[in-house]
Amino acid sequence: MAEVLVLVEHADGEPKKVTAELLTLARTFGEPAAVFLGAPGTYAKAKDYLAQYGAAKVYVAESDDIAGYIGGPAAELLAKVAGDASPVAVLVAATADSREVAARVAAKLDSGLIWDATALSPDLVATQGIFGGSTIVTSKVTKGVPVVVVRPNATAPEAAPSTPAEQVLDVAISDAAKGAKVVDRVVEAKSGRPDLTEAQVVVSGGRGLGAAEHFALVEKLADTLGAAVGASRAATDAGWYPHQNQVGQTGKTVSPQLYIAVGISGAIQHRAGMQTSKTIVAINKDPEAPIFEFADYGLVGDLFNVVPQLTSEIETRKAG
Amino acid sequence: MNIVVTVKQVPDTWAEKKLDAADKTVDRQSVDNVMNEMDEYGVEEALKIKEAHGGEVTVVTMGPAKAVETIRKALSMGADKAVHLTDDSLHGSDALSTSAALAKVISTLSPDIVITSSEASDARGGVIGALLAERLGLPQLTQARKVTVDPGASTVTVERLADNGYALVEASLPVVVGVVEKINQPRYPSFKGIMAAKKKPLTTLSVADTGLDAASVGLAGAASQVVTSESAPPRSSGTIVKDEGDGGTKVAGFLAAQKLI
Repeated sequence: MAEVLVLVEHADGEPKKVTAELLTLARTFGEPAAVFLGAPGTYAKAKDYLAQYGAAKVYVAESDDIAGYIGGPAAELLAKVAGDASPVAVLVAATADSREVAARVAAKLDSGLIWDATALSPDLVATQGIFGGSTIVTSKVTKGVPVVVVRPNATAPEAAPSTPAEQVLDVAISDAAKGAKVVDRVVEAKSGRPDLTEAQVVVSGGRGLGAAEHFALVEKLADTLGAAVGASRAATDAGWYPHQNQVGQTGKTVSPQLYIAVGISGAIQHRAGMQTSKTIVAINKDPEAPIFEFADYGLVGDLFNVVPQLTSEIETRKAG
Repeated sequence: MNIVVTVKQVPDTWAEKKLDAADKTVDRQSVDNVMNEMDEYGVEEALKIKEAHGGEVTVVTMGPAKAVETIRKALSMGADKAVHLTDDSLHGSDALSTSAALAKVISTLSPDIVITSSEASDARGGVIGALLAERLGLPQLTQARKVTVDPGASTVTVERLADNGYALVEASLPVVVGVVEKINQPRYPSFKGIMAAKKKPLTTLSVADTGLDAASVGLAGAASQVVTSESAPPRSSGTIVKDEGDGGTKVAGFLAAQKLI
């Protein structure tokens, strides 16, 4: 069976859940071959996880150049593996960094690129929600090795323990790929919460919160649910919450089991980033807010009363 | 500083966007078209760099004849000149062939800095900056929320967004910079700017002018194709309840009934 390359999504070697999803998806139409690109000493942390989710083979490249430069080294290595292995497809997670790598790989391979797939059939027809999810298209690559950028939560990960063969890659990177040098990495907010795009539950806050400090209400509710915290563009534009947490057009697209919108009107820009959530709950004092037109459950009321009560009610139910 | 900034005309965010029934490309006929909002931040950043360090800002776009409206807007904001790549054969180009065509045009301009924005609101690929870096063989300084140019050292340093903060990334000129929308506050064109824009140089190029192979662009040259397209089933509103002091409890009750808690 032909290989399906899966670019391992990880943080310093710790694999992200989407990696298991991509390996599970790869299994439906080929032999999953993971490509691990990371700093020296990081692969050891991913090894067991990749075996647990059925990687038949792992290509390993460990080099300081990989995280030391933006774009170039990862694309060069992945394109090299794809060129040598002639896989049926290359699957990459729809994260900010990896989608850029995927694009460069497609250019290097002279292949077609599909982004934000929410499903991929065994004959490599991808499903995408476009225009903010209002139109569903199926599309396919017609040239070269299909490079498909897949959204987190597209597939439920299923374990399939294997004993992968390991192939260590030559990590010599061309000078041309080392143009954009990372001179520092600065951590501004370490929340301990799940990744926004991977989370099963997302609680987002918007203009209705009125001030940065009121995001504490959203965070408390999120922590009670084990949820990620999102924010509308109005809230990030006001500087109340980091841009990285913005949900919607120009921000992240999320598709969790449960999305709770707190003080968010639900304008089209926001809707574009969350309307494929399974269940949407909205809390807003304005009964005319557009979000009530598509929420599964809407509560018209003052969030400053409703949210603390909801948080404490969930805590009580959990304790019981 | 010789600065090139790419812009794209897109359907207005508020418009009901759809695909053309026949060839499944974005329908740009039945909607109002505007400059991609993100590109306003790119133009603003280009102008700020010019104001700080001197130089010239050239706007580059690829699109149908009426995309000249978007060029006019960038010129009225203060850009100096523009290049419009327009040709019937470009219709239906994918991101890969678009980046190849833009790179072809941009390379003839010998820029120090190429500025693009993080995404266009129609396709939302978010890949054009990375693709231009790849095509032009230049450092990729994308997802930048802050750009610092050091003309003395011939370097550009950006703060690149990361999930929990940012990476400080440095490269030597020439570079490709991709900006996110928190980077600045785009200016509005002034009346004077709008009048001046009408007299600024605008070069219109066809595919043949650039030396590109017409078979490598447009629908014919696209490396992917849309097979089917349909409207998503509309989300209808569910239960709407007014808070009577027990709103939080009611929401919890709903979540429990749905087995979400």
